[in-house]
Amino acid sequence: MRPRSAPAVAGNGHASARPRAPALTAAATSLDLGAIEYLQILNERGEVVNAARDPHLPDAELLKIHRAMVLTRKLDIRMLNMQRQGEMGTFAPGLGQEATQIGQVYPLEARDWFAPSYRSFGAQLWRGWPIEQLLLLWDGFFEGFGPPPDVNDLPFSIVIGSHVLPAVGIAQAIQYREDRAVILTNFGDGAVSQGAVNEAFNFAAVVKAPIVFICENNGWAISMPVEKQAATQWLAQRGVGFGIPSIRVDGNDVLGMIVATRDAVDRARNWKKGGGPTLIEAVTYRMSLHTTADEPKVYREESKVRAWESKCPINRFEKYLVHRGTLKAADCERIAKECEDEVLAAREKFRSRAIPNPREVFDFVYEKMTPELRQQQAEYFAKLDRKGIK
Amino acid sequence: MPLMTMVQALNLALDQSMAADPDVLCMGEDIAVNGGVFRVTKGLLEKYGPKRVRDTPLAECGIVGTAVGMAIAGLKPVAEIQFSGFTVQAFDQIEQNMARYRNRSRGRYPINMVMRCPYGGGIRAVEHHSESREAYWAHTPGLTVVIPSGPRNARALLNAAINHHDPVVFYEPKAVYRAFKEDVPDEPETMEIGKARIVRDGTDITLISWGAIMRPTLEAADDLRDLHKVSVEVIDLLSIKPMDTETFAASVSKTGRCVIVAEAPRTCSVSSEIIARLNETAFEYLQAPIKRVTGYDIHFPFFQVEQHYLPDSETIVEAALETLAWK
Repeated sequence: MRPRSAPAVAGNGHASARPRAPALTAAATSLDLGAIEYLQILNERGEVVNAARDPHLPDAELLKIHRAMVLTRKLDIRMLNMQRQGEMGTFAPGLGQEATQIGQVYPLEARDWFAPSYRSFGAQLWRGWPIEQLLLLWDGFFEGFGPPPDVNDLPFSIVIGSHVLPAVGIAQAIQYREDRAVILTNFGDGAVSQGAVNEAFNFAAVVKAPIVFICENNGWAISMPVEKQAATQWLAQRGVGFGIPSIRVDGNDVLGMIVATRDAVDRARNWKKGGGPTLIEAVTYRMSLHTTADEPKVYREESKVRAWESKCPINRFEKYLVHRGTLKAADCERIAKECEDEVLAAREKFRSRAIPNPREVFDFVYEKMTPELRQQQAEYFAKLDRKGIK
Repeated sequence: MPLMTMVQALNLALDQSMAADPDVLCMGEDIAVNGGVFRVTKGLLEKYGPKRVRDTPLAECGIVGTAVGMAIAGLKPVAEIQFSGFTVQAFDQIEQNMARYRNRSRGRYPINMVMRCPYGGGIRAVEHHSESREAYWAHTPGLTVVIPSGPRNARALLNAAINHHDPVVFYEPKAVYRAFKEDVPDEPETMEIGKARIVRDGTDITLISWGAIMRPTLEAADDLRDLHKVSVEVIDLLSIKPMDTETFAASVSKTGRCVIVAEAPRTCSVSSEIIARLNETAFEYLQAPIKRVTGYDIHFPFFQVEQHYLPDSETIVEAALETLAWK
């Protein structure tokens, strides 16, 4: 090996004659990407720390939001349990991200669009996906992917960030039709490294598309900590670079999420009057596994997770609700029990529907089956017939 | 009927489709103000405005991905990829979304979109501008792949593709763009996707080709008839996926001999697929092994030597004569 001080290219007399580029100093490399607002309305103790931004939601709404977060967690825990007992396929738990999930879809109207990534079942429940359908989906039934008829959502995406460009396309279709709907799409911290996501930011910014980008920064892309994912201080700065107004939010504060998203939805809806896209970085933490096929002990210390336990989005919201008298401590237990019962009832529906139908796999490839597919389907059916499979 | 080049015929198809259906829009790099680098979209911006004729940022993945979203929302985008060589940047969106959305939404979101791509060699273009990669798209479930060979069928096929309720990869043989003119009727004309055409009837041998290479194939058929007294049947495939097996199987069952002519590299290609299908459908009628005249498994040569890479009529005649001589 050559010593580090040696020139990179062996000198032939010409190299030394070349003018030297000025060395980059530390100052020259630290770019000022502008201030990014960090929004928190409820702190970890459930105290209102930013009264000016308090959305002042009526009690009935606060209770709906609380129940949705509890239901999300109950489903999460039950699914993990089912997976460990062999009754569920590989799935991606969302433990600890309930406020991010419910807060982002709360401001949407039913006719708005939602394009989620896979760790989104809390938001999907809020949007009207039946629990049993989500269970089917994660248990390997393609039937689970089809959005319910009255729900204007895309099936969640699996390939990281691949749905964000189509989401921008939907926003452009909204503009094309001069509709007043908007679209909201979410993705994780890892997705900001994908080229397609960066193209999506750019396409949306250029046409002022009516879209809200939610980057759920849960700190981890499987084993990769967010510090290694991007060199910018905050992921929200990525939006600034594309000319998209961007904000960071405490993703474990459901009120902060609601207010940030509500403002972004308003900006999107007013795309004709100077509005357009917004990027929201929801700062949260993946308390559980990447998926049930993952073992975080290999790459992260438990102490890091414990540090986030005190930031639990449900505990803090309950403290807030109890403190303001919207909820009594005893109600929390009752609601938890009701949510658990709802999940168990849905599990029964799931069990009654979890019957594989191998004969439908050719049905949705094309509108009209091609001659090739008709022939292959006949061969496939003959194989099933031989095995006595209906 | 006016005489038109393929460029004019494609422009007519786009113009009439946009006039007939407010959900049809065109998008791509340099397609609006500039009218497209090959001028296929010339004049459309003036007629339909910037909402329906859209210049996009320079990112193929972005073009296809946003077009997919528009189709999910019920529009019928016609996205131009400036050269088919750049479709690889969009592979992500083509494979993950464009081809899959009908299936992954269980029929809720069919993708009624067209991805137009000028393809193929022979116009002295720089590197990455001459590829024929139709086999990639034919391999992907959910896609439909068509390739016209002349102005009239280009117009009819593009009409069909725009009104097809599944995503269509529309390969335009750019070597044919301005190479010759044909009568193209004023009134909208369409054709069924998935049907090949018998463009010459014959009894001794079948030549199967598509796209730009139909021209040397037809020249070869003329020479075989005039110089060698061979009765040649020529099939223009037109649709790569679905593929009209019935038509070429019937032809080869009649002639017993077949040469496939293609511009694309040979291995795992559309020509391979045709042979496989003839093996399944016409094996007992074959009187000679099926021969191929194709491009080679190499990167497309730079333009000073591209004429040697492309199949020419002489090579096709030779291949046909060898096949005919096989006993």
